[in-house]
Amino acid sequence: MPWSAGCAGATDDHRPMTITDTSVPLLRVTGLHKHFGKDEIIKGINLDVAPGDRIAILGASGSGKSTLLRCLNFMEKPTAGRIELAGAAIGVERPGRNGAVDTTYTERELTKVRQRVGMVFQQFNLFPHMTALGNVMEGLRTVKGMARDAAGTKAREQLARVGLDDKADTYPARLSGGQKQRVAIARALAMEPELLLFDEPTSALDPELVGEVLRTIRTLAEEGRTMLLVTHEVGFAYHFANRILFIADGVIHEQGTPDEVLKNPQQARTQAFLARHNEFHF
Amino acid sequence: MNHQWNFDAVWDNPEALLAGAAGTLRIFAICLVLGLALGLLVGLGRYSTRKWIYLPTSAFVEFFRNTPVLVQILWFYFALPMLVPFEISPLMAAALGISLNSAAFSGEIFRAGIQSIERGQWEGAQALGMRHAQAMRRIILPQAVKRMLPALTNRAIEIFKMSTLASAVAYVELLQQGKLIASLNYNPIEAYTVIALLFFAFLYPLVQATYALERRMRRGD
Repeated sequence: MPWSAGCAGATDDHRPMTITDTSVPLLRVTGLHKHFGKDEIIKGINLDVAPGDRIAILGASGSGKSTLLRCLNFMEKPTAGRIELAGAAIGVERPGRNGAVDTTYTERELTKVRQRVGMVFQQFNLFPHMTALGNVMEGLRTVKGMARDAAGTKAREQLARVGLDDKADTYPARLSGGQKQRVAIARALAMEPELLLFDEPTSALDPELVGEVLRTIRTLAEEGRTMLLVTHEVGFAYHFANRILFIADGVIHEQGTPDEVLKNPQQARTQAFLARHNEFHF
Repeated sequence: MNHQWNFDAVWDNPEALLAGAAGTLRIFAICLVLGLALGLLVGLGRYSTRKWIYLPTSAFVEFFRNTPVLVQILWFYFALPMLVPFEISPLMAAALGISLNSAAFSGEIFRAGIQSIERGQWEGAQALGMRHAQAMRRIILPQAVKRMLPALTNRAIEIFKMSTLASAVAYVELLQQGKLIASLNYNPIEAYTVIALLFFAFLYPLVQATYALERRMRRGD
């Protein structure tokens, strides 16, 4: 994977790439497949994510880009393939039929993985019976077993980071879509994940609310967080990412720096996808 | 038509009515707790994907939903003592019948309530690293119970009224005492009128209290 090629000057990337090809990637995906019944959604994806990488995943609806992301924290269990987190393979591999490898996952292991790989959802998935603060505290209390006071303090810090410290005692029903998504980001951040996954975080938002969420995500990018973002916001992807993956038919169809993929796409399908996105540009 | 209403004989036996009320409240409390607790287990069992959990709980639900409570109580009182090495009191027989029957019905309420919670709530909990049981306890059940509250209230009212069936095995509760008073003084009209009003006096505040509880739980919406 040529991720170490670094990033051309077009993005706001100012951190030197310190990881070399020989070091262990934060996340390594090898030969990933995912079937839903007879439909094969992911058809063999290899991917290395280095610490500090900001990867935007683009593609048409149904291309498999969300499924790929959801396999990375096991919201979907891969049908085949290996996922390694910081060099350690997840799951227990056993020889299966026809020379294939069957991987079994225990709940215990997956809950550990998910504490290290956070996720922000398109539909927010906030807990409606808890306040904004309660939502952010929940993982700290239930999963990390933190004391109430410590969890409360930490949760308030996270809400402050997304600019919502004044909404701590508000229930999700009283928040705007953009505020809900920022609470969801604070909730994921509170767990201090090594890798953060965003699954179309602005697709459920009214256009005027998209900006506040994208600005929040950009702030995280500037802190050097490792993030994968599935999005339809091509313009944001250009500014946010150091690397773009274009997914089509369940494979990585084209990848490279934002300038390579978005300004000078080599594949016909990438070109067509971008042309559709620019159709009503003015 | 020209009946002369005379409640004196009913009020002349305050101890009998008090004992009846105490008996009704006792069996109601036992059956409410047992019925809902077992119902939660049954509901979780019916939700399970494991056959060895799902099949027995489903059989339990079907059996108790499709037989009358009165028959169950009589069976527990007369037939069960032949199978177990201890005595079955009227309270035990009646409480068993009503609790198990209620568990079957409230189990369906719990199952439907749990299933009504959208998948995203499970995923939001899982993505934080919660185990299935933690997600159920912290995220799914609190929301499900809120949605189930009207149905569970109806169940509680049903249990209260079903307690009268315990009179079939001569357990001392309000209806049993009403029958006693009616036969002692030959005044069934007054006796049963008082019993009906006493039930209303118990149930009406109970229902009002659950309305208040529902309003309180809705504050987050």
